[in-house]
Amino acid sequence: MAKMTMVQALNLALRQEMEKDDSVILLGEDVGLDGGVFRVTDSLIDQFGENRVLDTPLAESGIVGMSIGMAVYGLKPVCEIQFSGFSYQNFHQIENHAARLRWRSQGRFQVPMVMRTPYGGGVRALEHHSESREVYWAHTPGLKMVIPSGPRNARALLISAIRDPDPVIFYEPKALYRAFREDVPEDEETMPIGKAQIVREGKDLTMISYGAMMRPTLEAASELNAKDGVEAEVIDLLTISPLDDNTFVQSVLKTGRAVVIHEAPRSFGPGAEIVSRLMEKAFYYLEVPIERVTGYDIIIPLFSREKAYLPNAHRILRAARKALSN
Amino acid sequence: MFGASQVLLILRRLVGLKMPRKEIEINDKIEYLSVLDENGNLDKQLDPEIPDEILLKLYRIMILGRKFDERLLNLQRQGRIGTFPPISGQEAAHLGSVALLRPSDWFVPAFRETAAEIWRGRSLESVILYNNGFNEGVNIPQNGNDIPISVPVGSQIIHAVGLGWAAKYRQTDNVAMVFFGDGATSEGDFHEGLNFAGVFQVPVIFVCQNNHWAISIPRSKQTRSKTLAQKASAYGMPGIQVDGNDILAVYAAAEEAVDRARSGGGPTLIECVTYRLTMHTTADDPKRYRTDEEVEQWKQRDPVPRFQKYLVDKGLLSEEKIAGIESAVLEEIQAGVDKAEEQMKTLGNPMHMFEHAYAEMHPYLQEQKEEFARQLAEMNEEGTHG
Repeated sequence: MAKMTMVQALNLALRQEMEKDDSVILLGEDVGLDGGVFRVTDSLIDQFGENRVLDTPLAESGIVGMSIGMAVYGLKPVCEIQFSGFSYQNFHQIENHAARLRWRSQGRFQVPMVMRTPYGGGVRALEHHSESREVYWAHTPGLKMVIPSGPRNARALLISAIRDPDPVIFYEPKALYRAFREDVPEDEETMPIGKAQIVREGKDLTMISYGAMMRPTLEAASELNAKDGVEAEVIDLLTISPLDDNTFVQSVLKTGRAVVIHEAPRSFGPGAEIVSRLMEKAFYYLEVPIERVTGYDIIIPLFSREKAYLPNAHRILRAARKALSN
Repeated sequence: MFGASQVLLILRRLVGLKMPRKEIEINDKIEYLSVLDENGNLDKQLDPEIPDEILLKLYRIMILGRKFDERLLNLQRQGRIGTFPPISGQEAAHLGSVALLRPSDWFVPAFRETAAEIWRGRSLESVILYNNGFNEGVNIPQNGNDIPISVPVGSQIIHAVGLGWAAKYRQTDNVAMVFFGDGATSEGDFHEGLNFAGVFQVPVIFVCQNNHWAISIPRSKQTRSKTLAQKASAYGMPGIQVDGNDILAVYAAAEEAVDRARSGGGPTLIECVTYRLTMHTTADDPKRYRTDEEVEQWKQRDPVPRFQKYLVDKGLLSEEKIAGIESAVLEEIQAGVDKAEEQMKTLGNPMHMFEHAYAEMHPYLQEQKEEFARQLAEMNEEGTHG
């Protein structure tokens, strides 16, 4: 076991998967010599050469469209879109083709590609570098949408995403790239896509989140325990689509109370879907209305005010206490 | 040793470039290839000398494509199929090019290449099924390298680059040939596709069927460029403009491009100058935006009689043979229509819509499918399911 940042863990996943399978090809802007602007692909070009790690022209639709062609051929392209804020320039390739070619071709072709891209706020970046738009992809049939929350699960989930026969949108919480280190085993480790994880057990309240919001959520859960004597159960979704409702429904059947936390805007956000599933599957067990702690329905402000926009432990605590109050 | 442009450059360096320049000449020189004239007379020096059996197969599929198009229009007008994009007038452009592909090459169509799809082995009944709103109409064989048609204009262009790159990476000599229209050249994906192809030197042939109209927008409003082929030079690849209604010219240009791609020489853009003789799709009325006179002029350049005359002159066709081919083709079309109508009787089950969404159906989708199945059963019982 080595202590690694998420950047290092993702790099390890790519390196090991490329060693194992010569159909894995990396492509994107600055992924070669520069090793990616966040260094996730650092030095992979030295080991695998220009024929496995492609520095492409600056064109997101081209990168994704080329990946689709490679994937249809039978390769496993992993493309990097430098910031999720630029992925709207390739949105049509994902929506029109990556998500549909299996269906359109009646199963003759599949698109086993991964689109990796950093998302989310908290790093004092420029406009278009901080938003959280996972629902665009989660709403698109034919895609899978994965968001890890730490070095170890990022490594395991990326390997699973590369091996998945369907296109996977892999959002990397850039605020966590170097925020902390975790033990990451050298031996290969995978995690199932479409499966949430209970990261803290409890009986009083269910807290559901993912990605960069896991840290303030866990902080709030500890605080609830220390100050209020409340045992909150915390669930890390890990996959946004297909959403593992069973894990959080089972939890709410037990607790009767839930808070959903995400940094994406509130309306039509992942929380809306999570709450709907709870209405369908746990309504009679709910003691109080479900709380949502989210970004607001505005463009995330430029960085001097982004902290005000992003959910934090304090806001999560207030919502949790409200959910516990009756 | 030096070309004219290099001489000019050297002169300019010697003399110095006088700014501001008064008259600027835009470099839009492009080679234009035509082998058969409008009446089907051959320029003997340019005859690509296509083997007889290929010529006859091309002719048969050209007639099949044309007659099938007419039959589809007829079926559509009777309400027996849905909206479809007719190909009449463009058969030479897409047949003359696709004929150079091997089965293992990648065929990446837009949506107005039906004769090329038939050349690649697509059945007539599958076209009818698809145009009747059944996914089962896309029935690519498991080893077939034919991508299904792509509706969003130009978006398929870049896929050919990925396919070509992969073919090269796997050290095959397969190529990818992608089709699109004049309107597609305005799309960003045209630029990104050709730019990537140039950078990665992939074995891809870009075939533009310039039919002069993107629904109601004429070619002149699509781009200020004199030709579409000249755009190739900006991407560092060869471009050629051919008479797209002259199947020999299309074949000759495609042969050169495919050979170059196969032997590692990189991509080519071929602009086939052709004309859509009927409507964009059956939902369109071209009389709103173009004149009958223009259509009449292009009917004079129809690719079918020109090719037919060449084959007659060559002694490969006679009036008798022409009539024989036509009646055989009409029979084939009738058989296709009959087969499609027979198959559609068994395709009513809407449960099929849940197929092929994912490699493995996820639990919530499984729940939705079961819910739908229950509702369907109940509605069938009540007689409320139309």
